[in-house]
Amino acid sequence: MSANGQFVSLQGVTKRFDDLEVLHGIDLDIAEHNVVCLIGASGSGKSTLLRCINLLEHVDAGTIVVDGETITGTKIDVNRLRQKIGIVFQAYNLFPHMTVLQNVTLAPRKALGISRANAEGHARALLRQIGLEDKADEFPDRLSGGQQQRVAIVRALATSPKLMLLDEITSALDPQLIGEVLELVRELAGAGMTMILATHEMSFAREVANKICFLDAGVIREEGTPEEIFSSPREERTREFLARVLEGGRL
Amino acid sequence: MGQFLHEFFSPLDFLRSVPQVWNGFQLNLELMVVAEAFVLVLALLLAIVRGLPGRVAVPFRAAAIFYTDIFRGTPLILVIFLVQGFATLNYLGLSSQTLFRNGVIALTLVYTAYVTEVYRAGIESVHPSQRMAARSLGLSYMQALRYVVLPQAIRRVVPPLLNDFIGLQKDTALVTIIGVTEAVAQANFYSSDWVNFASLVVASVFFIFLTIPLARFTDYIIRERERRERAQAV
Repeated sequence: MSANGQFVSLQGVTKRFDDLEVLHGIDLDIAEHNVVCLIGASGSGKSTLLRCINLLEHVDAGTIVVDGETITGTKIDVNRLRQKIGIVFQAYNLFPHMTVLQNVTLAPRKALGISRANAEGHARALLRQIGLEDKADEFPDRLSGGQQQRVAIVRALATSPKLMLLDEITSALDPQLIGEVLELVRELAGAGMTMILATHEMSFAREVANKICFLDAGVIREEGTPEEIFSSPREERTREFLARVLEGGRL
Repeated sequence: MGQFLHEFFSPLDFLRSVPQVWNGFQLNLELMVVAEAFVLVLALLLAIVRGLPGRVAVPFRAAAIFYTDIFRGTPLILVIFLVQGFATLNYLGLSSQTLFRNGVIALTLVYTAYVTEVYRAGIESVHPSQRMAARSLGLSYMQALRYVVLPQAIRRVVPPLLNDFIGLQKDTALVTIIGVTEAVAQANFYSSDWVNFASLVVASVFFIFLTIPLARFTDYIIRERERRERAQAV
């Protein structure tokens, strides 16, 4: 826990790509066991924000505190930190030359130094929970998109992270495959996992989130409970965005 | 026509020169295996150095680039003469008599430069998201390289690696110029002794017979991998 009692705390986080400032002083607090959904148009900075929290992107200004540790400092061990923070990407990014089991056990074995037998036992248990134990020895390309993304989630869970970052994990999936992935995220939320999701699935965000943040041009334009954001948004930009999404039939 | 057939394909000379040429060809095989072993390892190290990130690695990257520029640009035959010349200074346990060693060094210097570029192309062909995914799991830079990037990179460059391997096999014949009595030297001896060129054809056949199975073997490896890892219905 950080000083203000939050599990994750961002203050003034700013990120530039050359001359383009994609995040302008983001402030965000997340309590433990809470789920925060980042919504907003493509290019609003959702993915960049998630990558900053996992230090996959270097933060130009501001501080990020996770679990009482200021991760934006200079002396931070990024490899150890990333074992505590799982991230799942839109494009799954499974390792195609490894079986499902090898994908899931790689980080526990090589980064955490867990024995092969223990890592595989844990991995198989996780795969069993999502009903994919029989796919353990298959290569990722032989799985459906939904199955691949669920494996990617399990892979991120294998190092027992305390925080999960989900970056539009259903955006590359066929509509009929989205449900199985969201069901897994729902279970994680139910189990008390602290999560930050960037998502276009508004009804899902409404269902699982404790807090919704609307990102617009690199700032959090509005944040609040799902009820506040979806039923009575205060900002004009939020209303416009939600109206557009509604037209797209996504709510 | 009869003269031509006799000079190049006389069955008697063909058979009679085989043992002598084979005697020399074993040296080609040894040169090839030893040089290739060094090349595969050294080139991989150089390719890794060339890909190192950050400002600290600038001198190392520059050195690797300098190396490939120099040895890709110099004809192998010159490098062989240069190494032989260097050996006469008796440094590093070399001498003008250590012909096999000098030959291996020259072949290794040049082919390492080529193969470094092959590895590098393979490493760069692996999408950055793969490295990012590995790093996001808490793997270090070197672990991500070793377990995620290199296995994919090396698989992709097996055909061009084999291409360079075949080139190396053939170029082992060039060390004949510093007096290594390998297949070409022996074939030449035979043809001067018996005034017949069939021995040179025999040497060619040896080289060809070595490369064909290797090429087929590579095809097989690639096919097997496709079968195992890719979805069947696309």
